[in-house]
Amino acid sequence: MHSYFESAVENPVIEQETRAAEELDLPWQVVVHNDPVNLMSYVTMVFQRVFGLPREKAEKHMLEVHQQGRSILWSGMRERAELYVQQLHGYLLLATLERMN
Amino acid sequence: MEIRRQGDCLEISELDPFLAELLRQIPESTNTDGAETAQQRLFSSPAAASQKEICAEWKLYVEPELRRVFQTATETVTADLQQLNGSTKPFANCTLRIPAQNSDAWLNALNQARLVIAAKYNFSEADLCDHYRSPIGSRRDLGLFQVNFYGFLQEFILHELEKE
Repeated sequence: MHSYFESAVENPVIEQETRAAEELDLPWQVVVHNDPVNLMSYVTMVFQRVFGLPREKAEKHMLEVHQQGRSILWSGMRERAELYVQQLHGYLLLATLERMN
Repeated sequence: MEIRRQGDCLEISELDPFLAELLRQIPESTNTDGAETAQQRLFSSPAAASQKEICAEWKLYVEPELRRVFQTATETVTADLQQLNGSTKPFANCTLRIPAQNSDAWLNALNQARLVIAAKYNFSEADLCDHYRSPIGSRRDLGLFQVNFYGFLQEFILHELEKE
């Protein structure tokens, strides 16, 4: 006895599902990089303005940039990350958006 | 030179001709023409080179907007600097009043100028920390003095903004 149903169950065709990283929309992060020219006080002010950070937190990120070469300021959806990077470039900071690992 | 807050203005008084000339040079110093490294610094990449789509869109849509922002700031500073052209005595000290509402434009233009000069002369972190070098050695030394002088003005403007 054979039925189409049984045959389908015995030999199921499993479609390989592959999704590009873009489709998954992994969070992005806004990274600010060290720059020997920009003043520390200026960078702190920019972090306060762009991300609305309290002064102490803005200074912590500024020092991280200065001492470690980079600091992650924000992570989330790509569109907003791009907007933050644009604002940071408007203040002439070296900033990039990176996909989170 | 004296620098202080006077009502709604930041006043730089007792400006000698040399420092006044350095101030006049701010707009010109933001010019990146013929300096690829300076151009790359002002319009740095928003992502790794492998993110081709992001970088291409950025060039198309964001860079023109950034150019406009930088240009507007420079124009504001240029207009404020007209005050320095009014003296009938060429070697007299003069005064510059920066309206507080133009503070952001000044911070931006000073930053543009500092970044462009630093990129043109390829100043290292060690160069930029050397505050005791004489400005009268070479054009490069003068550039370093400019970067430090503009940085001093930025610090003062930031200090005044913090009080608000």
